[in-house]
Formats: sequence, structure tokens, C-alpha cells
Amino acid sequence: MNTQIRTLLAAHGGLSSSATSISNDADLYRAGLKSHACVELMLALEEAFNVEFSDEMLTRATFRSVAAIERAVSMLRHETLPV
Amino acid sequence: MSALRVVAETGALERAQRPIAIAAENADDVDRRNRFPLEAVDALKAQGLLGVAVPREFGGDGATLSDLSAIAKALGGACASTAMIFAMHQICMANLLDCALESPWHRDLIKQVIGCPLLFASATTEAGVGGDLRQSICALDYSGDRISLIKDAPVISYGEYADAIFATARRNADTAFSDQVLVVLMRSQCQVERTSTWDALGMRGTCSHGYRLKAEGRAEQVIPKPFADIAADSMVAISHLLWSSVWCGIATAALSRAQNFVAAQVRNHSGHPPAGAVRLAGAFSRLHSVEASITNVREEWEAARSQPTFGVALSVNALKVSVSTDSLAVVDDAMMICGIQGYKNNGPYSLGRHLRDIHSARLMIANDRILATTGQMLLMQRRHRSRAD
Repeated sequence: MNTQIRTLLAAHGGLSSSATSISNDADLYRAGLKSHACVELMLALEEAFNVEFSDEMLTRATFRSVAAIERAVSMLRHETLPV
Repeated sequence: MSALRVVAETGALERAQRPIAIAAENADDVDRRNRFPLEAVDALKAQGLLGVAVPREFGGDGATLSDLSAIAKALGGACASTAMIFAMHQICMANLLDCALESPWHRDLIKQVIGCPLLFASATTEAGVGGDLRQSICALDYSGDRISLIKDAPVISYGEYADAIFATARRNADTAFSDQVLVVLMRSQCQVERTSTWDALGMRGTCSHGYRLKAEGRAEQVIPKPFADIAADSMVAISHLLWSSVWCGIATAALSRAQNFVAAQVRNHSGHPPAGAVRLAGAFSRLHSVEASITNVREEWEAARSQPTFGVALSVNALKVSVSTDSLAVVDDAMMICGIQGYKNNGPYSLGRHLRDIHSARLMIANDRILATTGQMLLMQRRHRSRAD
């Protein structure tokens, strides 16, 4: 999942540094992630992982780092898994 | 109603009465002579209103955003330039108060403001970034614990009258244009060279000239929180809420002149329904919804303050666009009601200054730019809407 997130980040994030090598906890906003890129990234994540972000999860904190995105997607995948 | 109670507790709005009267008295002269509203700003200082938002534990009044909105609105009805200066100062103050706990230098500055009122200005625009607040070309240059900055700022409102300037810059020359910080520079540390002159349609007293800013200071003057977070967490919302209050104040004052005009018509032609009464009622209801929306969005933002969602940001953006548009419509209606008496630059029904001032509202961070961002953010919400259907 981590690699896939990084691929999407590279395609949609508009970062100034490489999305493949940035550390898991690096602040993506500092690395150049802007609001419109964040929207694109969110839509791409939803499609790739077949999840839907809830309103409460749509905060800057959710997309702050690769690790944060990974946590959010894992949580959503877990919730949407058939019981 | 909690808002009114808080205002009464701090007494801030009562204390603003004298500055409001002085602002009203000088508004036409400020506008005509394109000058800084010195008398009104001095009165705000004398009444301790520049530091009114400083919390009680630091010796301030602890005025709330609702208090500040009430003052901004009342000032807006007297002199829009003074009101906008008050709003812009309070936005800087909010940034300062936000970092009080983590930064000793900024905490000391807050204490200083209580004993000796200081006026804060901001230098957040820069030539070459296409009006994007969230990008800087200029960068802080470090030499040990010293910093220096050179910024080509197309606008620093009342820059020559400010005691400190809050400037955005890149964290250093190696970082992304969007990796910005906010640094508080004292007047004695700044050299400003005027590069363009503010001779505008309205808001003339803000003296929003262009400058080349050269400053030197210490690294501790940089606010620790990244500017991207400051903007997203509080600055954009507080700006749009306080600006909206100023615009609402301008519209309220214009409508009050129109109301007086219609009342005079009634007195002079008793028995006939006055021509402007219906339009007056329409403008009144529009103004009423402007006021209500400011209160609603303020409450929504305050409730979500610790973790603002993109949904709250959408509301704040929508507020800015609608209040700036509707306030202009109200002033325009007031002009239609007063007719030639409103069009004249003298007399009790004159509305030229109000109309020129309110025309700045849609342009201060252009509504089209905000709508473009909003349009993108709405993509995030589309499923929530369809689910509700």
C-alpha cells in the first residue's frame, strides 16, 4: 500500500521533492502539497483503494504525510470490508 | 445571543464608540486626501482596542472573535479604511496569540502590546507569484541566529504607519515556494522603499502602497508553525470573517442613509407610499441574511477550531464570496433609492464613498480565485450530496 500511495502522490501531489523517496513522516504540505493537489490525490486514493473518505476525515491532518494517508486508507478499508 | 453577552462583558464595543465617532468625522477627509486615518487609529490605541483580543492572563481583555466582528462592523459604517486597518491588525494579532505558548519572543511581544499599543501590518503578497498568498519567492537568509529578508511587496497596507510587519517568506532559499513561514519584523528592523502608490477607487485610507522591504532580525522572530498551517487553521477564516464584518458595516451604513431618505420622502409627501420603500425592504432582507451568515459561519468555524474540516473551509470561502457580492448589492440598492442625492458627493444621503469602498470586497482575494478553489473542494463532497438525495 505504501508504494501505491507514493505512486499516486507522485502523479497527483505536485511535490517539489520525489514522492518515492520522501520519508514516511515528512510533512507533505511543506514538501509542496497544495489544496487542489490534495483533492486530486484524495480522488485517486478513493479509486485505487475502493474507499470513501468521510466528512470528518477530510482534514489537513489526514493527508499530512505518507504514514498518515496509509493509516487513513487502512482504517477505511477495514471499515468497508464485508463482514 | 451569546455573542451580545460577551460584548457586554468585555465592554469592547462601548469603548469603541469614541474611535467610531472620530472615524466617522474624518472619513470624507481621509478618502478625499488619500491619507491614513491617523486620528481614528490613535483613538483605537488610546482606548486599548488594538490589544483587546489579548487574553486576560496576559493582561488583555480577552475579546472574542465575535467582539472583534462587532467593532469591525461598527467601524465599517463610520470609515471603511479604519475598519479594514483594524481588521488587518487583528488578523496579525490572532497569528501572534496563536504562537504565544510555544514561542517566548512572541509571548514577550504580546505583553509589550498591553503597555504600549502597537499597530501590526502584513506583507503577504509578493510580485511574481500571481497573487497567490500561499507562495513566496523571497526567502529568509540565515547567518547564525540572525535572519535577513528582502521582499518585493506590491502591497503593504499602512506599512509606513505600522510598528511591526508580519511578512511571509520561504523558510530558506532551498525549500519549495509553498514552504513558507511568517516572521514578525519590528519597525526598527525594517527599511521600506516605496515602489508604487496607492491611489485607488476606494479604501483610500488604507494607504496600501507597494514597497521593497529590507529587514534584519533574529531567528526567534519566525513563528514556529508553518504558514500553510497558520493559513489553513485560522488566518483565512479570521480574515474572511472580519473582512465580511467590515463590508456588512459599510452596507448597513449605506442602507441607513437610504432609510433616512425614504423617511424624509414620507414626511414630505404624506399619503403617498414612497417609491423607494419596496426596494428598501428588499435590501434590508438581503442585509439581514448577510449578518446571519457571518454569525453562522463564525459559530461553525469556532466549533471546529481544533480540527477544521475541508467542509468548514468551504463555508468560509462561500461566506467571503456571498458577503462581498451581497454587500455591494445592498449599497447599490441604497444608491437607487437615494437617486441623485446618493450620487452627489455631499449632503446627508451621499453614497459615493460607500459604493467605492465596497467595490474592493469582491477583489480582496478575488472571488473568482476563491470560486475556483471552492469548485475543486466541492469534488470532495459530491458523494455526500448524492447520498443525501
